[in-house]
Amino acid sequence: MSELSGIGVGRGIATGPVARMSPPPPAPEDQPSELSLEDETQRVKEAVAAVAAELDERGRAVGGTAKDVLEAQAMMAQDPTLEESVQARLKAGKTGEFAVYEAFAEFRETLEQLGGYLGERASDLSDVAQRVIASLRGVPAPGIPDPGHPFILVAEDLAPADTALLDLEKVQALITIQGGPTSHTAILARENSITAIVGVADAAELTEGEQVIVDAVAGTVFTEPTEEQLSDAESRRAAREAEAAAPVTPGALADGTSVPLLANLGSPKGTAEAVELGAEGVGLFRTEFLFLSADEAPSVEQQRESYQQLLEAFPGKKVVVRALDAGADKPLSFLNDQPEENPALGLRGLRALMANEAILKDQLTALAQAQENTEADLWVMAPMVSTVEEAEQFTALAKEHGLATAGVMVEVPSIALMADELMPRTDFASIGTNDLTQYTMAADRLLGSVATLQDPWHPAVLRLIRQVGAAGIDSGKPVGVCGEAAADPLLAVVLVGLGVNTLSMAPAALADVRAELKLHTIEEAKSIAEAALTAATAAQARESALKAAQRS
Amino acid sequence: MSSTRTVTVASSQGLHARPAKLFVEAAQSAGSDVTIAKGEKSVNAASILGVLSLGVEKGDEVLLTAEGENEEQTLDSLETFLKTDHDEAS
Repeated sequence: MSELSGIGVGRGIATGPVARMSPPPPAPEDQPSELSLEDETQRVKEAVAAVAAELDERGRAVGGTAKDVLEAQAMMAQDPTLEESVQARLKAGKTGEFAVYEAFAEFRETLEQLGGYLGERASDLSDVAQRVIASLRGVPAPGIPDPGHPFILVAEDLAPADTALLDLEKVQALITIQGGPTSHTAILARENSITAIVGVADAAELTEGEQVIVDAVAGTVFTEPTEEQLSDAESRRAAREAEAAAPVTPGALADGTSVPLLANLGSPKGTAEAVELGAEGVGLFRTEFLFLSADEAPSVEQQRESYQQLLEAFPGKKVVVRALDAGADKPLSFLNDQPEENPALGLRGLRALMANEAILKDQLTALAQAQENTEADLWVMAPMVSTVEEAEQFTALAKEHGLATAGVMVEVPSIALMADELMPRTDFASIGTNDLTQYTMAADRLLGSVATLQDPWHPAVLRLIRQVGAAGIDSGKPVGVCGEAAADPLLAVVLVGLGVNTLSMAPAALADVRAELKLHTIEEAKSIAEAALTAATAAQARESALKAAQRS
Repeated sequence: MSSTRTVTVASSQGLHARPAKLFVEAAQSAGSDVTIAKGEKSVNAASILGVLSLGVEKGDEVLLTAEGENEEQTLDSLETFLKTDHDEAS
């Protein structure tokens, strides 16, 4: 038996046979074709048609957004411009494999040059190229294996297009060789509550069909397990399932300290699921869905209806609604139609609302009306606040509209640093860790090439959170976290140790966080937080926190 | 003979991802040959890679050119398509 270590995601445990994601085939060599032009052309034509048909077929099978991705890939395979480019190479005497390889690579480069955000399309295109080449060679296409029974997927790393195709019924656990706690794989696993360990460098040794135990709590893959270990793992898995199925209790630490667990929602549609999974309210309700498909802001009446639908699902519970957060990755022409060189640093969030006060006033009016008609405890907050003045203005405006509790999001380092001056002037703070990390690390959260910097475990981010937590305690005002960080069970404990009172996350993550909180007292949470704070790097912070947590 | 039309793109994600795919499907099913141009660069509207490579953003002006049967009708339907926001709220 041996142990391979990596970074565990969530608290799951799973056992099963390994199925490896096939590595990409070696690039074809540039040899002169031995076939006639007609024969090569015919081969490519058949391979392309077969790949397009298979992609369409899989698209029909999975449905949803994955269907669009797959159908777009099928279109890429049959693209007329690409066909011309392949044909030109065949005429020059290249093999079908090499012509496809080169023509696709050329287009891939064009897409990549257009900027980081088209990178995903570029990797879609590579995937299509590999499929066509595999088909020409008569070998199976690379990608997610389908052994026909439950399995543990071992991959170098997973691309978004791969994860779209994952059959969550069959995949018992994910092991990736690359990737960190904020990789696409980790986020997917957290959102869907899949057992996963990322960054397992030695996973390359695992062979097809071999039995393993994947223990995310320990961050360890156990190979050649004994019968005893297997049955132990199996009973832990069953216990965890029973735990998840048991009636949910309010979020609390081992000593009974209450830590309300709330849901992040993007539309009123998700409310039923959130309530079922034990959300004690809503910590972040994003209102962008009302505005994104519109050429002009929706009317007060339209907005009131949506807010009311949301509030009705949470009678007597806290619901925190965020004012429209437009700009950067979600531009709206009626708010700001000026092109910006750096949209993440531009007229966005509260800045855009203050420049279009009528839109903010309409939203606050609609919220106040919805509050009148329902029983929920409505809180409102402003996105992307940078200064104490902005916080004061928003808080005053919300109160003028009859909203009792108004606060701000802490996403910009400047306001986190000013937390002691901020807290007495507003009712609460909610830390958006995704943006706070992006702005602290100066790393675009949408850009894959700087993704390693987008890690909320970084002590620089934790120190800012500590300042906000301390200001909350001094002023007696609540501080929450809504962001990816709250969904990471161990980091959730650290946040509580830093003075955070409530945690808000994707509803699927609630069970794991609830279970981890129950293991530690407030004193232990504080020392786990201290261990993370005194580290020099994000990786060391996680490691120190894990060691401190195992002691408690 | 050919017909042309200048259209401002309304989809909030421009012509990336899903809207690009839907636009190319619409162009492929048109009776005439269509090109789409942004600035100096002009591509075959039936080519998803061509359309993606234009990097069309919301608010960009594009020039559509149709040649063949039912030119005006083709341009009408593609213009309507481009003026609609196809990005679902998320």
